[in-house]
Amino acid sequence: MCLGIPGKIVSLTPTGLAEVDFSGVRREVSLMLCPEARVGDYVLVHVGFAIQRLDPEEALETLKLFEELEESYRESTSEG
Amino acid sequence: LRSWRKVIVNPQARADQGKLASLLLRKITELADHPLRLMEVCGTHTIAIFRAGIRSLLTDAVELISGPGCPVCVTPAGEIDRAIAVSRRTGVILATFGDLMRVPGSSSSLQQERATGSDIRVILSPLDAVQIAQENPDRAVVFFAVGFETTSPAIAAAVQEARRRGLANFYLLSSQRLVPPAIQALLSAGKATIDGFILPGHVSVIIGQAPYLFIAEEFGIPGVITGFEPLDILEGIYMLLRQKKEGRAGIEIQYSRAVKEEGNQRARAIMGEVFAPADACWRGLGMIPKSGLMLREEFAPVDVSKAFDLPYADAGDPPGCQCGEVLQGLRRPPDCPLFGTRCTPEAPIGACMVSSEGSCAAYYRYGGFHAG
Repeated sequence: MCLGIPGKIVSLTPTGLAEVDFSGVRREVSLMLCPEARVGDYVLVHVGFAIQRLDPEEALETLKLFEELEESYRESTSEG
Repeated sequence: LRSWRKVIVNPQARADQGKLASLLLRKITELADHPLRLMEVCGTHTIAIFRAGIRSLLTDAVELISGPGCPVCVTPAGEIDRAIAVSRRTGVILATFGDLMRVPGSSSSLQQERATGSDIRVILSPLDAVQIAQENPDRAVVFFAVGFETTSPAIAAAVQEARRRGLANFYLLSSQRLVPPAIQALLSAGKATIDGFILPGHVSVIIGQAPYLFIAEEFGIPGVITGFEPLDILEGIYMLLRQKKEGRAGIEIQYSRAVKEEGNQRARAIMGEVFAPADACWRGLGMIPKSGLMLREEFAPVDVSKAFDLPYADAGDPPGCQCGEVLQGLRRPPDCPLFGTRCTPEAPIGACMVSSEGSCAAYYRYGGFHAG
């Protein structure tokens, strides 16, 4: 029930909703719970509402973590 | 390199997922030097764990158990009975999420009621219920609202929207529940052994980190707020094991691209304008103080139990059903005598077999436990 689907805001409608693209499927979404979201942002959508902007810097941090993990693994195998 | 979209939505998709998964699994195996039981609280995690086959990939030392984190599963039969009772009233349209249609009450389900003529409509968003009320001014539209903190701000926003539109025929039957008080109740009961919590990512988008701190501070158990991609889950498990290894217990955030420490304050403010915490009954866990949400006095006219005479009768679980034990992590679904024989997804007896996110349904579909 707590599914959150990420999508990209492509435009704002005159009625105050956001048009969000979910990999090709477009839906109108309320920004009432996430008013800071802008066109171009990726948002997490739950039951017709954007509930959070997805943070690109944090996404990159997650990537970095994996790179470190890979690195540490490479080091441990070359030592051992 | 994959597109920027992939990086944001699923950062791990850029990399070789299979390689990262095997790296994480190797780390997890190294760290798991004694048996550990980790509870995934959220039903969306349960289903993601099964779909990705994570249970079968993990070392035997790490056991994953499902907790009380499926809103449909923890809704007691008595509340389904109330929704059915109101749907039978003349002039009522009952609007609800699809997951609830097949949940058995004590003698019927919403799906059966619809088949026999009640006007029950499945909605995807709370705003759909508001729209139905606007389009049917001569009918009473009752929104049977189930959900955790992820959904409650959207339900609150719909209540505000109905008021803004001046709709006097919009009512709410609130059956919402809050996750941290349930974890508190589970730990206070002290029956289940839990070494770490995989905490729900989307509930945490709203509530942030602070409401879970008691898990670490009072009970000395670590928790990691985790995302829903397979590699998110493996990383969450890895972060839990790393805390265990280092002798620490804290609440960490793995799902940092969506979850901020402070959560979504705007969403919580809207939730707080409309709802106040109230005691609530959970299937399997019983009454838990301040674990539900009731409408504030200001919104009393929207409260269906005030507008209609709707007594609540505790219905109890069906005979033989072990959902209560399953929801507390005390029993695995296949250990229930009804599992896969009398209780299947096609003909469910317990709520954990109805919801696709229920642990019984997940074990049945993905666990290789089919009867036969």
